[in-house]
Amino acid sequence: MNKTGKIALYGVLTALAMILSYVESQIPAFVAVPGVKIGLTNIVVVTSLYMLGNKGAMAINFVRIAAVALLFGNAMSFSFSFAGGMLATIVMILLKKSGKFAVTGVSVAGGLCHNIGQILMAMVLLNTNSIFWYLPVLWASGIVSGFIIGIIGAMVISRIPLDENKF
Amino acid sequence: MGKKIIGKNDIYLIGILFGVLLLMTFTLLFTEKSGNEVVVTVGGEVVKTFPLDKDTVYEIKGAGGGRNLLVIENGEAYLKEASCPDHLCMSMGRIRRVGQCIICLPNMVTVEIVGEKQSEDDYDAIVG
Repeated sequence: MNKTGKIALYGVLTALAMILSYVESQIPAFVAVPGVKIGLTNIVVVTSLYMLGNKGAMAINFVRIAAVALLFGNAMSFSFSFAGGMLATIVMILLKKSGKFAVTGVSVAGGLCHNIGQILMAMVLLNTNSIFWYLPVLWASGIVSGFIIGIIGAMVISRIPLDENKF
Repeated sequence: MGKKIIGKNDIYLIGILFGVLLLMTFTLLFTEKSGNEVVVTVGGEVVKTFPLDKDTVYEIKGAGGGRNLLVIENGEAYLKEASCPDHLCMSMGRIRRVGQCIICLPNMVTVEIVGEKQSEDDYDAIVG
């Protein structure tokens, strides 16, 4: 694929990730703990990690976080998404590189790290340790959502006939 | 490998993560204590402290002009009203145990339950 095609594909995927972020912000929270989310956006991140490689996934996630914060959020929401999103992406890249895990395992670790990143950021921003009380809930929700997203991601990857080597 | 949905290692990983979760939950449950003080902070600064056993109503002035109404009733604290858009802090329920807290991110408000001062602190104060 040439450079133009690559730019277009990255743009489309970033847009898709942004739309999913927005859709998810419209779903009311089911548990009264901030940060419990399905993580629809991660479908795009997991899929691009396997289809476009590490740099692609990192770039799409970073642009998505920055653009969503500019459009719908503020400095606070940016710090939270950034801490969670980047930690999750880095851990997913490392696990994928280790070659020991399939899509679901990588995604579960990503979901968990996303929540851990957000808790760490909240501890720094609010200057309190007591938010740690929510860790078990966020830990569980990270595993469950990562699992669901991993299975959806794996199905998407197996149905789209693009492979990393073409890029 | 990349196309596989789930493998043996993934199941082990999920199992270990759930094990850690159980361990964490039990540790928190067994170390919990009923608290006796409510500490209100805005942006990390303590603005007010209340005894948990006295019924009180207090309006917290949060960051950016936001407001939260703190109610202490029957030894439990909760936020009754809030100016933030999502009202997550109101649905966080009532808290009474040491370490539990209610957080309103838009207003940067935290309401936390603390226990009596640890005896070690007193000891340090004497020695120091």
